[in-house]
Amino acid sequence: MTTIHALLQAATPGSTPHTLPYFVFTLVKLLLVFTVYMVGVALLTLAERKISAWIQDRHGPNRVGKGWLQPAADGVKNFVKEETYPAAANIPLFVLAPALAFIPALVTWAVIPFAAPWDSPWGRIDMMLAPLPVGFLFILAISSLGVYGIVLAGWSSNNKYALLGGLRSSAQMISYEIAMGMSTIPVLLLSGNVTLNRIVNQQAFETWNVLNLTIAFFIFLVAAFAETNRLPFDLPEAESELIAGYHSEYSAMKFSLFFIAEYANMVTASALMSTLFFGGWDIPFTLWDNVAPFTFLKTFLTLGCFVTKVLFFVFLYMWIRWTLPRFRYDQLMSLGWKLLLPLALGYIVAVATTIVTLDALGFARGSVPFHLGLILLNVAAVVILFVILDRGKLISPAYSRLNQRDVAKLRAVSAPRRAPLLPESGD
Amino acid sequence: MSHGELPLFYVFHFYLFGIIAIASAVAFVTRKSPVAAALWLVNTMFSLAALYVLLDAHFIGVIQVLVYAGAIMVVFLFVIMLLNLGHASDIADARGIGWKLAAGLVGLALLAQVFALTRARVPEALALPDGTVAEQVAARGAIAPIAGPLFNEYLLAFEVTSVLLLAAVVGAVVLGKRRGSADAR
Repeated sequence: MTTIHALLQAATPGSTPHTLPYFVFTLVKLLLVFTVYMVGVALLTLAERKISAWIQDRHGPNRVGKGWLQPAADGVKNFVKEETYPAAANIPLFVLAPALAFIPALVTWAVIPFAAPWDSPWGRIDMMLAPLPVGFLFILAISSLGVYGIVLAGWSSNNKYALLGGLRSSAQMISYEIAMGMSTIPVLLLSGNVTLNRIVNQQAFETWNVLNLTIAFFIFLVAAFAETNRLPFDLPEAESELIAGYHSEYSAMKFSLFFIAEYANMVTASALMSTLFFGGWDIPFTLWDNVAPFTFLKTFLTLGCFVTKVLFFVFLYMWIRWTLPRFRYDQLMSLGWKLLLPLALGYIVAVATTIVTLDALGFARGSVPFHLGLILLNVAAVVILFVILDRGKLISPAYSRLNQRDVAKLRAVSAPRRAPLLPESGD
Repeated sequence: MSHGELPLFYVFHFYLFGIIAIASAVAFVTRKSPVAAALWLVNTMFSLAALYVLLDAHFIGVIQVLVYAGAIMVVFLFVIMLLNLGHASDIADARGIGWKLAAGLVGLALLAQVFALTRARVPEALALPDGTVAEQVAARGAIAPIAGPLFNEYLLAFEVTSVLLLAAVVGAVVLGKRRGSADAR
């Protein structure tokens, strides 16, 4: 028993573990998070259809139990449908791929704090599954594995469209992962630690990062859309070009698992945005929820606050999906590499310089002048980026035609490749 | 080597991930299909990351997953799939019985070295007292104990490494340009 004690001490530094309650509560939390997550994801498919219907001025699902039982009907349908395997597929990888797409989204939840801790009669209980010392980096590491599911699905189906979808997705996810990682460095600069609890507390006692670091939030938001393969970045599935992309060959529950994975990724990305930039479970304008005593009421209310924030971002995802058209591949790549990455790098330098300068001037972290300085920088950056450099000046948006210079450039790129294919007299 | 003083929990997971890592590495070397081999290598990397975490090196473990499993191997897989390399026996560098024997001998030599090293005593200067790492993590977080020395005492070495990486990037760009196609990607 003492060894387990020592182990728990090492696993959760600073807390005094009461061994048995710790295990029981971890189990309860695991089950609760898993159940709520899965049911939530199922309901989100309904929400997506209802919201799309609302945006397009139609009814949406309204038959099975007035529409509310539609997710259950979909689930039952997918369970009883026939599983098909393409003749030339690589069966082990074909079966493995949906699981690999889904698991990273679920595992990420291990480190996201979803409510204020609760001082239960059996000791303090952190409202997160695993308080890892590397917190945030764990999320980056696990989400970098999400690409395997899609790539393997595309490759193992042995289908041209699926392979194209898989290749697109790997290129897209690698590109935007870098911008995503870079955009979070300013957050870490401010919090001075990588554990998500620390990031939440720093925002609670100072200001939410979205006010200090709007550009970083913007980059993270765009990168998160690309990482989850949602419109306007859903090139890996692009119905009008690739049938259904990487999951063209999947049927029944395996297809459904990709579907669940997409929504799970969406919820995870929304939770990350809330935690990193919108104070996580912090209730705004009050410190009541951030200081002891941590009663159950506080836990409950902060949980509600967190869920509200997450649902807002999930709604934003759906809103944008049914509003914006898909990016072209070259627009996607130039947005990732030519805009977001340099912007993120430049922003890191700007924020780091400002923080060092403010420190050197003697303003304490968390003091009003310190944050005023950061917010000034932020306002300047926002004005420069969204007012002066926006509207096709840096990069052509999804809805615009290519300008002639870009057309000439792209033709020059593909000319040597087309040359052997074209007849001599061709253009 | 005795494991008497280590908790059962630790020993169990050490052997679990050790066995997975070795089995995956063997599968990686013996698989014919490049894609399967690459995936077994990913599995090896992942198990190694778990072993790092067991050694209290959380940061190294996460970086192992992030860089090797999440970035480098994805690019490997991307290239393998894009090129669709065909059967392994046509593209292997080490053909014939001589190469295989040589590879086996090098493997045995490395194994012997590992066994020799585990029997050697760790120099006093390199050994930390028990629990130091956990203490450091509790006091300063998982990153600060690594970042401190890296950006203070060993800054020059760190910067030199970045020059090395820069040289690799420049080399890659030059090689990419030479084909005559200014690829947009």
